[in-house]
Amino acid sequence: MRDITVVRQFGEVVLAIAIAPLFVGWIAQCRAWMQNRSAPLLRQTYRMLRKLFDKDAAMAATASPLFRTTPYILFGTMVLAAAIIPSLATDLPFAHAADAIALIGLFATARVFLSLAAMDIGTAFGTMGARREMMVGFLAEPALLMVLFNAFLLYGSTALPSLVDGYRAHPTVIDPSAIFAAVAFVMVLLAENARIPIDNPATHLELTMIHEAALLEYSARHLALLEWASGLKLFNYACIGFALFLPWGIATNGADSGTALLISIAALLAKLVVAGAALALVESLSAKLRIFRAPEFLAMAFLLAVLGLLVHLLLGTKLA
Amino acid sequence: MLQSLLLLVGLWVFFGIVGLPTRRDSRLVARVLFPLGALVSLIFAVLAGSFLISGQAPQGMILPLGLPDLPFHLRLDALSAFFLLVLGLVSAGISIFSAGYFRAGKGTAPGLMGLQYHVFLASMAIVILADDAYLFMVAWETMALSSYFLVTSEHRIPEIRRAGFLYLLMAHVGAICILLSFGVLQGGSWQFTFGAMRGASLTPFWATTAFVLALLGFGAKAGLVPLHVWLPEAHPAAPSPVSAMMSGLMLKTAVYGMLRVSFDLLHVRFWQWGVLVLALGLFSALYGAIFAAVQADMKRLLAFSSIENIGIIFTGIGLSIVFETCNMHLFAALALSAALIHSLNHALFKSLLFLTTGSVLHATSHRSLGKLGGLIRRMPWVASFALVGTLAIAGLPPLNGFVSEWLLLQSFLFTPEIPHAFANMFIPLGAAVLALTAALAAYVMMKFYGIVFLGQPREDSLAEAHDANWLERLGLAWLALGCILIGVAPQIALRPAASVTDKLLGHSVNTSSIWRIAPISPQQASYSGMVLLAGIVGVVGIAFLLVRLIAHGRMRRVPPWDCGYQWQTSRMQDTAEGFGQPIRHIFATFFHMERDLPSPSDTSPQYRIYIEDRVWRAIYLPIARTTQKVADLVGGLQGGRLSIYLLYSFFTLIVLLVFVL
Repeated sequence: MRDITVVRQFGEVVLAIAIAPLFVGWIAQCRAWMQNRSAPLLRQTYRMLRKLFDKDAAMAATASPLFRTTPYILFGTMVLAAAIIPSLATDLPFAHAADAIALIGLFATARVFLSLAAMDIGTAFGTMGARREMMVGFLAEPALLMVLFNAFLLYGSTALPSLVDGYRAHPTVIDPSAIFAAVAFVMVLLAENARIPIDNPATHLELTMIHEAALLEYSARHLALLEWASGLKLFNYACIGFALFLPWGIATNGADSGTALLISIAALLAKLVVAGAALALVESLSAKLRIFRAPEFLAMAFLLAVLGLLVHLLLGTKLA
Repeated sequence: MLQSLLLLVGLWVFFGIVGLPTRRDSRLVARVLFPLGALVSLIFAVLAGSFLISGQAPQGMILPLGLPDLPFHLRLDALSAFFLLVLGLVSAGISIFSAGYFRAGKGTAPGLMGLQYHVFLASMAIVILADDAYLFMVAWETMALSSYFLVTSEHRIPEIRRAGFLYLLMAHVGAICILLSFGVLQGGSWQFTFGAMRGASLTPFWATTAFVLALLGFGAKAGLVPLHVWLPEAHPAAPSPVSAMMSGLMLKTAVYGMLRVSFDLLHVRFWQWGVLVLALGLFSALYGAIFAAVQADMKRLLAFSSIENIGIIFTGIGLSIVFETCNMHLFAALALSAALIHSLNHALFKSLLFLTTGSVLHATSHRSLGKLGGLIRRMPWVASFALVGTLAIAGLPPLNGFVSEWLLLQSFLFTPEIPHAFANMFIPLGAAVLALTAALAAYVMMKFYGIVFLGQPREDSLAEAHDANWLERLGLAWLALGCILIGVAPQIALRPAASVTDKLLGHSVNTSSIWRIAPISPQQASYSGMVLLAGIVGVVGIAFLLVRLIAHGRMRRVPPWDCGYQWQTSRMQDTAEGFGQPIRHIFATFFHMERDLPSPSDTSPQYRIYIEDRVWRAIYLPIARTTQKVADLVGGLQGGRLSIYLLYSFFTLIVLLVFVL
């Protein structure tokens, strides 16, 4: 293992932790502009986190240790995922700890812990949130797996670094199946990260909320960690999307120079800016679905991914 | 090696018999015999494991017992050693738990229970060691009967008697199919040793017949849909350690039998067989997960979850057959390894969970999820072990359930290369079904754990619930440790599985690295539970320290907020039925459902929902009715008059004479 990879690994994690709230803030700002509202400042999310860390935690009297440790576990899994996903470079010490399928599993672990914590206090909204969160999860997972299947058929791997390398070998070829898979992936991203049309991150309307209902009993530093973890999750999903479909600028094996690193940071920021604006556009253009329309939405994502798979099998292309 | 294993099996039976005269006094049985049995299990596992790792040649043995000229043949090879390893490892935990669990009371006396238990254990070992159809069937029947008596230990309750009958019926339907399958397998040589069957050459038609019969027979024991109906009845009826043995171990003997017939005894295989097993497996997996989600009884829920896991194991077997017949041996080895490791994993976590339901049942005397809740505060030990089992069975990294599911998903990735049109398009979709099943399993297990251990107690009596005693805790800890170790260091399970696939298929997956598993190559995919666990623990530790250093640790204890609603009670939490509702909505076609909804003006509204397996109406009731009709018709022959019976004899004689002359 070379020293540079350790440095890069550390830098990647720190960057992810630092700019994940910024990414969430950027989406909120874009949404506000598109909806003709005056936008909050970009640093609003940081101020929010700081405020929460300063407050005294109000903990339900019946909370068990599971409830108290869950925010840390969630934050931990998301940071670990950020270390595994090649957002800046592919040659990372953690990169081979988990392939894309294991990453889905890691996100599932986080989701189950959050749902268990939501059930721990035993309030009506908490259990409802837990149930719905898990429901969206099991609907989204088949679609996500089919997206990865598609990527596997193109480049013969489910390890994200190999996928990036495979893509970089043929940067000009766009396989038609990748387009279907990309649309499916965006739909899964919206559902998994509690965005419109499945969930609305900005509402506390009791009967419609999913993710927020699960966080309802948390306050202060625990809530801050959970919000940060949600931001990191969105950031991670975006980075998985970039690795699968837009791996331009990510430093591949052997590219150790400072310029390569600078290019990769610039590319990541540029992609995040564009992706954030695009997400805000999608969210502004769609309305929140009823909870029982969620299966249709995610079945659509699944069918698109399967269509991509079939296109691939019928055309019979293999790039790597 | 084989002799020492047999000696240990004999010891089990001996322990059972020693305890028999004690009748009502449970101390000898509980404090001495069960722990000794657990020790024997442990030695058993060590012997089987060392045989497997050292890669020795198969050992055979002939016991001059049984009928004249039909001695018992026994054989120890890699496949049987793997399943003996599972048996030893898991039964050690269950026996220790049983030492703390069984006590005198209603139901079978502890001494008799100990005998049935140890005979059950011994018969499973003999099933796995048998090398001729005759001994196999004797052991198979002993296993079915001893477990039948264990299931009906509280035989004064009518439902339990009914469940026992259904179990016995299905066990025998299965046994007939297996017997017929062996009959076909001997291929005209009339030699019923497995050695002769290996040498027999069957036409494709007869080979397929033998395979389908074996699939029916072992499928009935394993609980493949639609032969699963006995599982959700028998598991809740049995005492919890027995449920753990049946679900964790007995179902695995069926998996063993299936593997023995399809990869060892049959000399030919066809890819269509693989597709059949794959389809049945996937359907069972999905079916089990969906039905588990709507159960309101914790042991029934786990029983349906067993159907799901057996489905996953059979999916792996089917996929392996498909790959093997298409000469993709490495991928066949990958799929088979996944099936084998999932067998071990399921034995570990399902036993663990059934045992925790036993502790909960002892502590609260409730089995219905609607009467439990909040036990994590009263029973922290059991709740912690159950959490490990829950996360493991939900297929979450870094525990063991994820390892086998990940391996199986990896092998699915190669299905588009299958050289059969359409098969290469449809089989990949199986990966999506598997992903859906795994995610549904997470939902089911969150429901199980959340309702039993989290939230507010739904009954006042739960405040007196007590934690498990130290023997029970030891048993639970042993199984939970297995779940964690295999998750963190999957090589522990992958190496033994690889030596089995080496012997059966001549190939095995890459097991070189100890840090991570990369079954095909690291460039293709790799997974390291150890790094994940270390990473999560590390980040959690650092985050905790940083939060405490930079912020503060001040905390106030307040009443739950719940959006400011102050009058909430424990009955406002989601019930088990509430958790089933989205599933009933989304997968409505799977259920036969009857609902009585109250009218808005009703002063004492009642809400009733009745859910039934469609299989029951579609298959079992028509069969039962037809059987009844045929029996009635045959009953017409019984006139009850001697002259008519004499007439029958006369006619039979004449017909026979016609044939002879």
